[in-house]
Amino acid sequence: MKRALALLLCAVGVAQGAPQAGALFDPVASVVMTPRCVNCHQAEAPRQKDKGVLHAQQVVRGSDGHGSAALHCAACHQASNTAQGKVPGAPNWHLAPLSMRWQGLDKKGVCQQMRDPARNGNRDTGEKVIEHMKTDPLVLWAWNPGANRTTPPMTHDDFIEALAQWARAGMPCPE
Amino acid sequence: MNTLLINGKTLNVQAEPDTPLLWVLRDELRMTGTKFGCGMALCGACTIHIDGQPVRACVTPVSAATGKKISTIEAIGATPVGKRVQLAWAELDVPQCGYCQSGQIMAATALLREIPHPTDRDIDQAMSGNICRCGTYPRIRAAIHKAAGKA
Repeated sequence: MKRALALLLCAVGVAQGAPQAGALFDPVASVVMTPRCVNCHQAEAPRQKDKGVLHAQQVVRGSDGHGSAALHCAACHQASNTAQGKVPGAPNWHLAPLSMRWQGLDKKGVCQQMRDPARNGNRDTGEKVIEHMKTDPLVLWAWNPGANRTTPPMTHDDFIEALAQWARAGMPCPE
Repeated sequence: MNTLLINGKTLNVQAEPDTPLLWVLRDELRMTGTKFGCGMALCGACTIHIDGQPVRACVTPVSAATGKKISTIEAIGATPVGKRVQLAWAELDVPQCGYCQSGQIMAATALLREIPHPTDRDIDQAMSGNICRCGTYPRIRAAIHKAAGKA
């Protein structure tokens, strides 16, 4: 009887294993799929505001993600917010590299990009993958964006914890 | 006290490090060629160059310009590309009210330095942050092409 119960529990565990593991990405997605992140993980041009409208002034990615040849992101975006927060700023304001674009991707697609060394800047461990989200001033800005901008749905500490759990589990992705 | 390198001259200014550079230029140094438009990096009227790249002086703190080469409209005619731009602007009578034109010329000069023969698309992507309330955009575009043709 005991053995049968153990087998049963085991089977339930296996059956639930995959979706549970993928669910570890849910809290991560709840943060990274908000406008504060997605607006700059775009293909050809950044977006603005919670609605994600194309950036005014025909701002484009340019050759290295820092804008066109003579209109860099830094023409306006300083190391911190300016104009009473209306112009957002953080060090090295720029678009995510093209391989890290999330434009048009769903939760699964974003997850798969993050853990794919061919697209994530050759980060081959969970710790390397989550480093940017733990420490990059551009990311940290999202929790203190000023000017009544929307912030992510959890604290940065909770986000780090969610990232760590996801990384420890081997970066599982939703089905 | 901050030391700034403006148009090749080293100048001491009293402004605080977080004061926008435009205030220093216009109010402290009385260099009023650079215009105040919106104060929020939305219109381009205050465009200057820092290390050759156009920036909006209204949102650039003094601290971000310290130790770098600042160029303004007052000195742009002393550079070969800036001179060509000014001549093209005059030949085509580009300005109407003129208020945005300092910024337009600074942006156009930076563009022509980076891309000596820009396409219309290059012009759009470099100049769309410089607003002209008189709508002189067709003449601005033509003058950039004219200045490029003289290169």
